[in-house]
Amino acid sequence: MLELLDINTFYGNIQALKGVSLEIAEGEIVTLIGANGAGKTTTLMSICGAVPPRSGEIKFEGRAISDMRPNEIVALGISQVPEGRRIFPYLSVAENLDMGAFLRDDREGVKKDVEYIYGLFPILAERRHQAGGTLSGGEQQMLAISRALMARPRMLLLDEPSLGLAPLVVKRIFEIIRKINAENKTTIFLVEQNANLALKVAHRGYVMENGRIIMSDRADQLLTNEDVRKAYLGI
Amino acid sequence: MDYFLELFLGGLTRGSIYALIALGYTMVYGIIELINFAHGEIYMIGAFTGLIVISVLTLLGWNTVAVIVIAALVAMIYSAAYGYTIEKIAYKPLRGSQRLSALISAIGMSLFLQNYVLLAQTSNFLPYPNLIPEFTFVKPIEHIVRSTEIVIYIATALVMVGLTVLIKFTRMGKAMRAVAQDRDMAMLVGVDVNRVISFTFIIGSSIAALGGVLVASHIGQVNYYVGFIAGIKAFVAAVLGGIGSMPGAVLGSLVLGWTESFFTGYISSDYEDVFAFIFLVLILIFRPAGILGRSQTDKV
Ligand SMILES: Nc1ncnc2c1ncn2[C@@H]1O[C@H](COP(=O)(O)OP(=O)(O)OP(=O)(O)O)[C@@H](O)[C@H]1O
Ligand SMILES: [Mg+2]
Repeated sequence: MLELLDINTFYGNIQALKGVSLEIAEGEIVTLIGANGAGKTTTLMSICGAVPPRSGEIKFEGRAISDMRPNEIVALGISQVPEGRRIFPYLSVAENLDMGAFLRDDREGVKKDVEYIYGLFPILAERRHQAGGTLSGGEQQMLAISRALMARPRMLLLDEPSLGLAPLVVKRIFEIIRKINAENKTTIFLVEQNANLALKVAHRGYVMENGRIIMSDRADQLLTNEDVRKAYLGI
Repeated sequence: MDYFLELFLGGLTRGSIYALIALGYTMVYGIIELINFAHGEIYMIGAFTGLIVISVLTLLGWNTVAVIVIAALVAMIYSAAYGYTIEKIAYKPLRGSQRLSALISAIGMSLFLQNYVLLAQTSNFLPYPNLIPEFTFVKPIEHIVRSTEIVIYIATALVMVGLTVLIKFTRMGKAMRAVAQDRDMAMLVGVDVNRVISFTFIIGSSIAALGGVLVASHIGQVNYYVGFIAGIKAFVAAVLGGIGSMPGAVLGSLVLGWTESFFTGYISSDYEDVFAFIFLVLILIFRPAGILGRSQTDKV
């Protein structure tokens, strides 16, 4: 479904991605793990067109998207839950959800999806008129995921959804990720520093170091891999 | 009492005029955090365009209210094209570089447009016909308010209502709010940020042009420099209200208009224009975010 072929991405003169290639099939949960500064966020930003790669190719369903603008890529069905959540602070919860559906025209469908979201996260229904910026970290993460879902994406990109959240909230969020994948058949690309958690929910994983993919395997294999355990699981 | 009312209405007129310009400043600032110094020149170009249209139509033998309506519409469209183009050639290429670069580019644009009009139209004040018929008003405001002023009040009120509806209820309005709060995230939900920015310049510029035509008809003359003074004062008003906030721009404009009017009316008229600057300094010292401004980064 998504294919990255030898992409190189730069910030000015700094090369953040060095020949990254990876592949995600429809219906999969794939995780990308790696230490701080490895280039995980940059990988997602390259996919969504915010920081396009200088060379290499990105294909979504066989179509080259590396030259498309972010709004065009969203329209193809790729939504992102960015690092740090990026809730619109002065829009209400309901308006934030509405922004997620910005490119959709089917009012009825949008309404239905809002109800679905409120069922998934009842706390968001309670807070629907509250400004997004006043929510707690966990609530904001739920809202960020919900906002991305409002676009009815075929593929969801998640950047460190567990960051800074209490274990119980993290557990809930990962349950939801699994549920979205199982029920809606949404393909998921999950970036995480919490490798243990990510590898437990994912089918396959890639390990990134200094802008390069250094390993890729089935998630259960990576979980038991000696090197991975030492470097990323702290065991 | 009559004198008070006169000053009050005079202040309202000033405030409304400042508001028509300040709205454009504050909208652009809200979206791209740039003080568009060329905005006052857009106002001035709007006034000149209106004058040209009025002159042509008058030559053709028209002299009704319709002339000023057409003149205002043409001025709005023409100035919108200017605003759009200025953004594309002077600001967009600098997006992502330091803010100071864009600011210098804005000042450059302002000077360029002033001098361009200076060359084309000379520095003389040109008489501006007033095509809005004078009415005799009822008792309390008889002789202290002119019909152009009433038109200015109504135009400003309509613009405010229109903008509120635009921002609150339309798709473009939602996109504008999202871009103002987090441009990159707005992009990630599918907003075409370039379009939103262009749209903001178009709206802000056409409102300023409307102000330009109405004010020039009211005052009865225009030259290349009018945009500079009016622009600076509207800028002060926008900062006073809280730059980036649209209700703030209107409130700041009214406060500035009334303060100027009462100050010159009751105390001294010698320092009229200095007043705005004293105000600016005081705001920056005591309330840098302005009356309705949110501290630091957030707007609209
Ligand atoms: N806007 C930027 N300008 C310049 N360099 C950047 C920028 N963003 C990231 N980098 C650099 O690119 C490299 C990769 O950063 P990236 O954010 O992709 O890492 P990451 O794997 O997501 O890290 P983390 O786990 O801390 O989020 C880092 O060396 C970083 O310093
Ligand atoms: Mg990151």
